[in-house]
Amino acid sequence: MDIFVQQVVSGLATGGIYASLALALVMIYQATDVVNFAQGEMAMFSTYICWTLLQAGLPYWIAFVATLAIAFLGGLLIERVVIRPVENAPILTIVIVTLGLVFILNSVAGWVYSYIQKPFPSPFPSQPIKVGQIVLGAHDLGAIGVTLVVLLLLFLFFRYTTLGLAMRAAAQNPASSRLCGIRVGWMLALGWGLAATFGAVAGIMIAPNIFLDPNMMTGIQIYAFAAATVGGFTSPVGAVVGGFIVGVTENLVGTYVSFIGTELKLTVALAMIIIVLLVKPSGLFGRSIVRRV
Amino acid sequence: MVAGGATTKKAGLVVVLVAACALPFFLSGFRVFQFTQVYIYAIALLGLNMLTGYNGQFSLGHGAFYAIGAYTTAIMIDKWNIGYGWTIPIAGVICLVVGFLFGWPALRLEGLYLALATLSLALATPQILKYFEHWTGGSQGIVLSKPKAPLGLPLSEDQWLYFLTLAILITLFVVAANLLSGRTGRAIVAIRDNHIAAETMGINSALYKTTVFGISAAYTGVAGALSAVAIAFVAPDSFSAFLSITLLTGIVIGGLATISGAIFGAMFIQFVPNWALDISKAAPWAIFGIFLIVFMYVMPRGIAGSLRLLWIRMTRPAVVNRQAEGDVSPRSTPHST
Amino acid sequence: MSLPKRLVALSVALAVAALAAPGMAGAQTVVGVTATEIKIGNTNPYSGPASAYGTIGKAIGAYFKKVNDEGGINGRKINYISYDDQYTPPKTVEMVRKLVEQDQVAFLFQTLGTPPNSAIHKYMNEKKVPQLFVATGATKWNDPKNFPWTMGYQPNYQTEGRIYAAYVLKNVPDAKVGILYQNDDYGKDYLKGFEDGLGDAAKKLIVMKQSYEVTDPTIDSQIVNLKNSGANVFFNITIPKFAVQAIKKSHDIGWKPLHFLNNVSSSLGTVLKPAGLDASKGLITALYMKEITDPQWKNDKGYQDWVAWMKKYYPEGALDDQSNAFGYNVAILMTQVLKQCGNDLSRENIMRQAANVKNFELPLLLPGIKVNTSPTDFAPIEQEQLAKFDGERWAIFGEMVEAVRK
Repeated sequence: MDIFVQQVVSGLATGGIYASLALALVMIYQATDVVNFAQGEMAMFSTYICWTLLQAGLPYWIAFVATLAIAFLGGLLIERVVIRPVENAPILTIVIVTLGLVFILNSVAGWVYSYIQKPFPSPFPSQPIKVGQIVLGAHDLGAIGVTLVVLLLLFLFFRYTTLGLAMRAAAQNPASSRLCGIRVGWMLALGWGLAATFGAVAGIMIAPNIFLDPNMMTGIQIYAFAAATVGGFTSPVGAVVGGFIVGVTENLVGTYVSFIGTELKLTVALAMIIIVLLVKPSGLFGRSIVRRV
Repeated sequence: MVAGGATTKKAGLVVVLVAACALPFFLSGFRVFQFTQVYIYAIALLGLNMLTGYNGQFSLGHGAFYAIGAYTTAIMIDKWNIGYGWTIPIAGVICLVVGFLFGWPALRLEGLYLALATLSLALATPQILKYFEHWTGGSQGIVLSKPKAPLGLPLSEDQWLYFLTLAILITLFVVAANLLSGRTGRAIVAIRDNHIAAETMGINSALYKTTVFGISAAYTGVAGALSAVAIAFVAPDSFSAFLSITLLTGIVIGGLATISGAIFGAMFIQFVPNWALDISKAAPWAIFGIFLIVFMYVMPRGIAGSLRLLWIRMTRPAVVNRQAEGDVSPRSTPHST
Repeated sequence: MSLPKRLVALSVALAVAALAAPGMAGAQTVVGVTATEIKIGNTNPYSGPASAYGTIGKAIGAYFKKVNDEGGINGRKINYISYDDQYTPPKTVEMVRKLVEQDQVAFLFQTLGTPPNSAIHKYMNEKKVPQLFVATGATKWNDPKNFPWTMGYQPNYQTEGRIYAAYVLKNVPDAKVGILYQNDDYGKDYLKGFEDGLGDAAKKLIVMKQSYEVTDPTIDSQIVNLKNSGANVFFNITIPKFAVQAIKKSHDIGWKPLHFLNNVSSSLGTVLKPAGLDASKGLITALYMKEITDPQWKNDKGYQDWVAWMKKYYPEGALDDQSNAFGYNVAILMTQVLKQCGNDLSRENIMRQAANVKNFELPLLLPGIKVNTSPTDFAPIEQEQLAKFDGERWAIFGEMVEAVRK
């Protein structure tokens, strides 16, 4: 029984990592209808910026907040400068542009910071927390906590602020929104800025455990996509729950299904996507899109 | 249609064909090898374009079919000593069936979700290949031998593979062109543009979609099989998700819903990364990324798409301006080249 | 001009351009060598998932720069051409063909990775171009009879696995072994060596094997399973990123097995310190190089020369990255082989001299370990030494182990 609980707990910890990046993905998708392939790389780059600030001697939380601000501006700028010219182009054209961003960010990070992994500090104590026989890293717990706080803030923002309402309107119906006086272009930019900020939070929370290097987000982004798909791309809560589900299922299958074992763990996570999609194409928490003829 | 247009096009094709046949006798073995790669990519891109460009089903997982084709060939040659010539059509048929089977559940998925499901397939491929170690050689891969020209023809191995690939390319292109013009082509495009209307008109959209999936997979599988023969080595590392993303890049840059786009796209994905390396040793992929973005700004419809617009502007100036400006929707495309 | 004519003109232009493309080799008697230059080719993963190893390619380039600054070898400067293959075999094939057929290099040196090298193995031997000192720990590069143009360099992974197995058989009664390995050729090679080393006892002694992919974020789950299996011996086949996690997590959950850490992750600075020096006490590894973050080498001449070289020629390289020491060492070996060639830099002689290295010492090899090759022995380094971490340094113990060659 102990090992079951331990694996679930470890799964929640890993799932928290996926959830935080999945949130950023869903955020952009909700605001702009675009799946941003560069989300992971933007998060990675933001984390490097935080690292640079820390190396320069800034205290942790100051560097943290500064990085979030820089990430927000960066996301905004990317939308206005890089994405704007192809806003009305076919969706795949926009996808290729985000792909271009992936290459640029990854390559520049490797050039400036080199590819060797760097340790990254955690604001939480390094002593593990023991509850009976179950061990949980304090950092893992802290990271999950931060993710949930971010989710809560996001929920409050979209539900109860005018700006949040304007953003939702702009994403769902740009034409009508313009008629109401909403600056749709800036709403999109805002969406990217916010998503970049969440990505930065995700990166900063992830880096202590998995080390900072230009490729650190590659693997996680896969799982983040799985999480967002399972939970539903139209639901931030779904993204977070999806993340936890992916993390826990992965661990349990790896532990208990011996013919699969660990050599097919990733495949299992991906099979999950496909199964969920077949049963409920818009994800567990997603809303189905009804198309009018 | 301007009468001169068709003959010009035909003349152009003949010239290109002659040039292609002459190429291997003027270039070094290494260059011939590179062009063979271009043709292999072009076949794969044509397959993907049929599915994504013409039929509107987003696939981020065609690398998996490429891998199936490659490994089918490798295993058949390595374990059962089957001649490479036979393995290519067999790989195509196997991928046809697998693609068709994959197409059934894919019917339920639209746009983004289909893309993610196919991406999952692409991501799982290396791990699955490593798992069935006994067949696939696991991470070590399978080493093959490059075939010599048959019938004692005075061709080097590189030249022979070049002509073989070119011949297969031309055949498959002609088949695709026939398939995509005429009634079938119009049905396929209609399903992409408005599948509810298409169904109302009596098109069996489910059958068409799954069949296109199968054919698209078959084309990509044949490309994979050829690549196994040309490179003479297969390993899971060769078939990562990056391959699927490269193929998608190729069709978008080349031009969605065009046949010539497959060649342009293939040239782009083969040569531009090398150019980027020549430009910057420190951050070559950043240069490549910039190339991608700039290409998409200047040619949002891909190379073939923009060439077609240019052609229209040159041959029908009066009609052009109204058409080009109003033609913002990604859905309306003139008939394929 | 009408359109058809325009097209013909265009195609003529293309044909001319194609003709202009480099084709035939120049009229050189020795490929890649002139009176003033030796051209050396290399491929390394400078981008993609294995890009952390790309620093080896850069370090080698930096060492050759030093050689050139000091006058070159027998009056010839080294022209080192290194391409990015992204660890993808088809790309390796393309880049190697470019090096051999277009750039006309004399030979290839330290091409990195088992799948990339496997992809070009046959080609290099058919073209009779030396494929020297390949950067992989696989066993198959020591096969002079079938592949006379290919030579390995580092002690292979299977040998190291066998060393640990031998230790277990000798020193641990009632051993219950748990293994964590990376699911690729590197991990599986280590695994094979270990299992071969245990022989028939393997099935009985190994109680659990857990694998992971390089793209996995953490291996915490695998460690939990391994502890739960009751294993009291742990063979840890992971790259540095995951080795840190493995050491830390085992410590956190209170699992204290006899812990063998593979050589790839034996760096004090990049692995043991982040994992916790205390948590790393008792770890055993097999070494053949001086571990450059180990304080015991601080005053060693070889180490100090390396640091001086790094500061002057490769200042952007990390001083705690063992890969930079690896590249430096193997570049020195290459320089020695070229020196031995004298004025005969034909490919045959280069191969002959590579197979003629006798008791050569490299500054960053452990004292007592020497490079030896012969026409029947294409494994330059075959000796390793067991070492145990005592909280401060890797304390070497026991006798030097020579590889057992089949």
